[in-house]
Amino acid sequence: MEKQLYLSSSPHIHSGETTDKVMRAVIYALLPACAVAVYFFGLAALGVLLICTLGCVAAEAVCQRLMGKAPTTADGSAALTGILLALNLPSSSPWWMALIGSAVAIAVGKQVYGGLGYNPFNPALVARVVLLISFPVQMTTWTAPAPLGSGIDAVTSATPLGEMKTAVMLTGQIPAALQGPYGDYFTGNMAGSLGEVSAAALLLGGFFLLARRIITWHIPVSYLGTVVVFGGLFWVLDPARYPGPLFHLLTGGLLLGAFFMATDMVTSPITGRGMLLFGFGCGLITVLIRLFGGYPEGVSFAILLMNAVTPLIDRFTRPKKFGFVAPPG
Amino acid sequence: MKLKTFPGGLHPPDNKEWSANKAIETCPLPGELVIPLAQHIGAPAELCVAKGDHVKKGQVIGTAKGFVSVPVHSSTSGEVTAIEPRPHASGRNLPAVVIRPDGEDTWVEGISGADPETLSPDAIRECIRAAGIVGMGGATFPAHVKLTPPENKPIHTLVINGVECEPYLTADHRLMLEETDRVLDGIVILKRVLGVARAQVGIEANKPDAIEVMTKACAGKGIEVVPLAVKYPQGAEKQLILALTGREVPSGGLPMDVGVVVQNVGTAAAVSDAVRRGLPLIERIATVTGPGVTTPKNLRVRVGTPLTHLVEFCGGLKGDPAKIIMGGPMMGATQLSLDVPATRGTSGVLLFREGEIPLRPEGPCIRCGRCVQVCPAHIMPTTIAAYARLDLIAEAEEFGAMDCIECGCCTYTCPATLPLVQAIRYGKGAILAKRRKV
Repeated sequence: MEKQLYLSSSPHIHSGETTDKVMRAVIYALLPACAVAVYFFGLAALGVLLICTLGCVAAEAVCQRLMGKAPTTADGSAALTGILLALNLPSSSPWWMALIGSAVAIAVGKQVYGGLGYNPFNPALVARVVLLISFPVQMTTWTAPAPLGSGIDAVTSATPLGEMKTAVMLTGQIPAALQGPYGDYFTGNMAGSLGEVSAAALLLGGFFLLARRIITWHIPVSYLGTVVVFGGLFWVLDPARYPGPLFHLLTGGLLLGAFFMATDMVTSPITGRGMLLFGFGCGLITVLIRLFGGYPEGVSFAILLMNAVTPLIDRFTRPKKFGFVAPPG
Repeated sequence: MKLKTFPGGLHPPDNKEWSANKAIETCPLPGELVIPLAQHIGAPAELCVAKGDHVKKGQVIGTAKGFVSVPVHSSTSGEVTAIEPRPHASGRNLPAVVIRPDGEDTWVEGISGADPETLSPDAIRECIRAAGIVGMGGATFPAHVKLTPPENKPIHTLVINGVECEPYLTADHRLMLEETDRVLDGIVILKRVLGVARAQVGIEANKPDAIEVMTKACAGKGIEVVPLAVKYPQGAEKQLILALTGREVPSGGLPMDVGVVVQNVGTAAAVSDAVRRGLPLIERIATVTGPGVTTPKNLRVRVGTPLTHLVEFCGGLKGDPAKIIMGGPMMGATQLSLDVPATRGTSGVLLFREGEIPLRPEGPCIRCGRCVQVCPAHIMPTTIAAYARLDLIAEAEEFGAMDCIECGCCTYTCPATLPLVQAIRYGKGAILAKRRKV
């Protein structure tokens, strides 16, 4: 035995699951939503996806270079942030806005805190909110879907949530057109940001993540459940003024948020009970903003607000340690 | 039926098929036996032979020093050729008695057993102590100490650990299958020592043949065989007790605090030999396995046999070893060389080659929470590890570092490949050092 032996402390085997595999799995899970976006919004959507993804990777490389840190763009986390950011933007986003968003996501949302694992807020959502405040017109100009090959030109349109908000503000009533059937909302044939339109694609990706055990059920179930129950409560009280649970679920960024944004590991609680609490908070804030806030949609703000209390949640949901029981009587 | 288990944990691929169907073979004596005086937790035995002495098989070569200590015996007859520090499983060179076998294998005079029915519990305890019996699951805690609970801790249940949850290892499995009577006899004797009516044998469900054989053997003897979910670390004492009895051993406490004593199946078999036949603990069953060995086997091994000899008997090395592990892959200890001898606590030898051991750069924690999900102690490994690495010892302690059972589930599952259990272990060391100072 001439060779050097490895000495290390146990365990000597590993699951093989690594950070880059986790990131890649989330990217795969988002591919159906990306495909649907390109189908309904055409090359414009593809452009936004590419600019954001490449923009985020480039921003990460530049930041790490400037900070004198080893490049980690290969871990896939920057690309994932780019895809998530693109999915949160309208297909009509100008290229410069997508690029600014990418730079903000990585530089302000992630690297200033020390990079992957240290950012308190979801970087893609930080960027989205910065863009929403800075460029309100571009960020709320939506394009009606025009499936590939249909020959329809892009026309602007309101999102179902926006339409509802306006109608309720003006007339106090939800228009009949927004009361179902919701087939189009399920497939993604509606106006909205790239990745939020197709419930079918998002559910497919979400179930993949659950099956692959990348995420656990806690956050999606408590988030969606809270929206259904809390939103449904208002609907039961006044169905003319408040939308039903299914409308809440299928429109806006709820599914995207519940499966892909709120579950961001870095910014969500670490314990099962914490995750349940986190999802509950997200659901509550989402419904409050949607029904009573100034914005038609509340998912981004809800998740960011809950990101802010994640350390607090972690603190108060520490697991009950083994062996801390009353002695058997 | 849902199998009993504990919350948390995981199960790595168990790789037991390499050796699970291999009947126990007796490993021949090596040219030289190296018998360390430290083979148990507690004070090492005190040397009582000299270089040049001729010793017999079973002769005491080291006497117990204190209550938490046991004597050490010669594993064969032969000449003491050296008494010197030799490589030890702990990684250090520790005093050992080197014996060159004379090939006669003659027993020391005065070896005789007794019918356990005729012996008092104290007499049985003395047999067990004199035979040098230690916990054979790997912890090597002197068995007689566990069997002497203080009067204010009444014991109601004897738990026998036949779980063998470490991947690769199949020694306990084979022992239960092939030497059922010894194990059973040992359990009956242990019940008698403790004066308990109830005994439970926990076996992981991935050993259906052992469960069947043991269940048949135990029928009508007040011993219950309980199949357990296949989950690591099901064989950890506190997790096993929880699965079987539903009781949680209090933090910092011992099984006796909930009225339970746990012994491994190998320990039970050794107890039978010691009481019924008067035999000291000079051999055990160990699995030699892994991708780095030509023919994985379950071996009956004399204490003191160098690992080189075991590997040779298994057809030799397959390729260059990159890592030699004594014990299982989850909790075993890496060895500096194959010169280390097998001891009373050696449940297996595992050999990996280059490329078969995970060597990945550690990344930042992405707070995925997997370590928290799998932790059987229900602590937060990533948090404690972070505190420990920052030398924030009080914080590490507050978050439950001392409750860590070092099973390694957190490190196994961590996608950032952080050495979590290693950091916690460091933290525990620092906490103990601080306590000693105060």
